[in-house]
Amino acid sequence: MTVAAIREYIGVPRDSVENFGGKQIVYASWDRHLLFAAPFLLCLPPETPFRDLVAGPLTALVQADPDAVALDWTTVEWLKDNQPWAPDFDASLAANGIGHKDQLRFRTAGLNSLSAAA
Amino acid sequence: MDMKVAKKKLGLKEKYRALTRDLGWDTTYQPKDAVFPYVGYEGIKIHDWDKWEDPFRLTMDAYWKYQAEKERKFYAIIDAHAQNNGHLNLTDARYLSALKIFLQAISPAEYASHKGFARTGREFPGVGTQVACQMQAIDEIRHAQTQIHAMSNYNRYYNGFHAFADTRDRIWYTSVARSFFDDAMSAGPFEFMIAIGFSFEYVLTNLLFVPFMSGAAYNGDMATVTFGFSAQSDEARHMTLGLECIKFMLEQDPDNLPIVQNWIDKWFWRGFRVLGLVSTMMDYMLPKRVMSWREAWDIYGVENGGALFKDLARYGIKPPKGWDDAEKAIDHMSHQFMLGLYQWSFGTAFHSWIPSEEDMNWLSAKYPDTFDKYYRPRWKHIKKLADAGTPFKNYGLAKLCQTCQLPTVFTEPDDPTLTCHRQSVYKGQKYHFCSDGCQHVFDNEPEKYVQAWLPMPQLFQEPINGDLGAWMEWVSLRDGKDNGDYAGSEDQRNFEAWRGLATTNQ
Ligand SMILES: [Fe+2]
Ligand SMILES: [Fe+2]
Repeated sequence: MTVAAIREYIGVPRDSVENFGGKQIVYASWDRHLLFAAPFLLCLPPETPFRDLVAGPLTALVQADPDAVALDWTTVEWLKDNQPWAPDFDASLAANGIGHKDQLRFRTAGLNSLSAAA
Repeated sequence: MDMKVAKKKLGLKEKYRALTRDLGWDTTYQPKDAVFPYVGYEGIKIHDWDKWEDPFRLTMDAYWKYQAEKERKFYAIIDAHAQNNGHLNLTDARYLSALKIFLQAISPAEYASHKGFARTGREFPGVGTQVACQMQAIDEIRHAQTQIHAMSNYNRYYNGFHAFADTRDRIWYTSVARSFFDDAMSAGPFEFMIAIGFSFEYVLTNLLFVPFMSGAAYNGDMATVTFGFSAQSDEARHMTLGLECIKFMLEQDPDNLPIVQNWIDKWFWRGFRVLGLVSTMMDYMLPKRVMSWREAWDIYGVENGGALFKDLARYGIKPPKGWDDAEKAIDHMSHQFMLGLYQWSFGTAFHSWIPSEEDMNWLSAKYPDTFDKYYRPRWKHIKKLADAGTPFKNYGLAKLCQTCQLPTVFTEPDDPTLTCHRQSVYKGQKYHFCSDGCQHVFDNEPEKYVQAWLPMPQLFQEPINGDLGAWMEWVSLRDGKDNGDYAGSEDQRNFEAWRGLATTNQ
């Protein structure tokens, strides 16, 4: 549907990738680990290797969860755009097809210390 | 000699006509459409503006006299409160967090509401409607002023009150209320009336103000209680205006029904998200609690709201689309939201804290199906981290909802262990939402919501470019004073010391 307006109505997005000085937004979250109240917002260059995203900010951010010590990144299941997906750890975000404002989710079946079973 | 002519006094009815309906005129220099250019484009059809009923029949002179009287009483009590150190009568300074959120998010909304009603009062062609909107515009600016004055006394002693205007404009948790009003004010006059006059003032206002004002009374905050009394008679008038407006639209033309229904769906959900702030205040922030958020919802949402929509059914109106999802969220939202506020408290201009064992027992009694199962384990773990000297701070800033602008802390309606992930693609760009309700609002008018100024992504743009310290300065947040855990805060230390001086011989 269009916006009811008295003349042609065109909105300018405030979060276009050009506004981030060469970086992009990536959202990442650990399914069923709700100690972290919302998905993390990360702002990174698209050339960042996927491995660095995981070993750097993501690993640091999840430390507060008691499951973090048992987290094995080589066996987690990934989702992108809510669909199963397999990353290439050595390729960059861009080469992995991770676009601006994409949401990555990861699952660790059986690791759910703080979460009641669904 | 002049003859004294006995001036006939106008009867109430005549006076009412003279001071409202008779103030209108038919335009002659310009066509009526040019004088009222915004009244048609939303598609609402009005055939006879004179059918507008003014249930209060209040004229401006009476309004003026009545409000002036209330002002005098209000300021007399506020002065007494200031002179007698009224702030030391609070149950506990934790209460002030609720007040800070109110000042930063809700008082500016009163001002926004003033602007909106001033505008609609000009844009509607009917005189009865114009007068009612103008009075509400004046009420709302008075609410903003009296709230700011009532709370300014706390600013002399406590942190977090000093920069509410910057907080309103720039910080993240206020943007739910700010965007709500920006959305309404950038809509047409009829949608504004459904958004604010009906959904906010009629359907949701009791959930916002009753808990707040009772919370103030329960916690010894005379300043806010006094404001509440001063605003009460206005609220009765506002509710009536909102209800009158929706009935007027529905009675004027059957084509108005689907448009009005769509607005009710939208504004119910947007308002429900604003209430997320209220739910945490009720369940967590009041040292002496009035009732739980669940109990308030049962009374003011289910009972009162249910009766209202039953009444409107004769016009073909159905309960808002998000009603069932709202019901499913009631036993979760305050916990989900407070856990977020706590872990991001480095970025809030109020304090939060880990609920005590006693608080958690209260919560599990009020939320027997959800608190112990889902939320106590998280709080217990957070307590463990704090006790170990490594308090939990989540520096991974949050994904925000493109529509309501809250962090996406909410879970799937039927699975409280899984974050609700929703996304839409519009003109090649991705947008994320906290719920189906917010996604529907976006999908109906994407061109409007792509423009949302979302505080978290903005932090990584000019002028802040991801620098948290620069951001704090920019939002007027004084690190170590305004933010963080209540335990160990300056507010806590000062309150306890001053109260000690007032109540002991030390
Ligand atoms: Fe108001
Ligand atoms: Fe939302």
